[in-house]
Amino acid sequence: MTGDIVQMGAYIGAGLACTGMGGAAVGVGHVVGNFLSGALRNPSAAGGQTATMFIGIAFAEALGIFSFLVALLLMFAV
Amino acid sequence: MATETNGEAEAGLVFHPMDQFQVTPLFGANKVEWFTITNVTLWMGLTVLAIVALLVFGARGRALIPTRSQSIAELAYGFIYKMVEDVTGKDGVVFFPYIMTLFMFIVVANFLGLLPMAFTTTSHIAVTAVMAMAVFLAVTILGFVKNGFGFLSVFWISSAPLILRPILALIEVISYFVRPVSHSIRLAGNMMAGHAVIKVFAAFAPLVLISTGIGLVVTPLSILAITAIYALEVLVAFIQAYVFAILTCVYLRDALHPHH
Repeated sequence: MTGDIVQMGAYIGAGLACTGMGGAAVGVGHVVGNFLSGALRNPSAAGGQTATMFIGIAFAEALGIFSFLVALLLMFAV
Repeated sequence: MATETNGEAEAGLVFHPMDQFQVTPLFGANKVEWFTITNVTLWMGLTVLAIVALLVFGARGRALIPTRSQSIAELAYGFIYKMVEDVTGKDGVVFFPYIMTLFMFIVVANFLGLLPMAFTTTSHIAVTAVMAMAVFLAVTILGFVKNGFGFLSVFWISSAPLILRPILALIEVISYFVRPVSHSIRLAGNMMAGHAVIKVFAAFAPLVLISTGIGLVVTPLSILAITAIYALEVLVAFIQAYVFAILTCVYLRDALHPHH
């Protein structure tokens, strides 16, 4: 068994792992969109909740970063 | 990374986008030991020097009408102080120096890494993992010291229905132990991905030198893309430092007040 087919599988897997980033994009957009729709209804309360929005973004984004990590591991470590 | 084939001449990709993250010794040594002075050491030292220049020498005047460096230092201080006070509460303010140190180190390292030819120290998981593990261990030890075994109630969400609580407790335990991983990889991954994307577009930029036909279209587009992504990276450099600091505050709040 040569390493070629293994490497091909690793590259295909890396590409497939990148679809997870789309999920993170949807999640971050959902968080910010909902924050904005709430903030426009009650702009005076929006300023105090910006930190909460960033925490939400960070949690949504973390899972996209995991898929990026999987892609990187497949490309360079496996 | 260096063993990858990176010389497709006709595509114009003459360097690998991940080459910029290579740790190289500065003074002639071939092998990287734990004591070797590398480019990471250099740029971390420059980061510390920049912070000292800003916070010690910049704010030294204490003028009533602040100079530019003094107002930046005071702005950073006030911003982080308010964040710690808002998120962790009054009793979390004793941890303000730690969070200020983390924030200043990360934000200055990120901004220094954006300079051309610079090395981004925070793009290495080894660097961010140390900071994230320090936060994780500190928060866990602090939680047990402050609350005893009552700290375990952080996993037991008393506002949820009783049937759901064991399942939620399992999820909470898993997410608690994933914290250092996500905390470190978020910062390193964001930095690494952004800089790699800039390098990918930079590889397409000199295409006009190879073929004037398609190059006349690709080169201006890629230069435009580099500019746009650079602007995004300036934003990301600040936001990721802010997110790292604010998540540290959230974890501290959990340790100080484990009851939901």
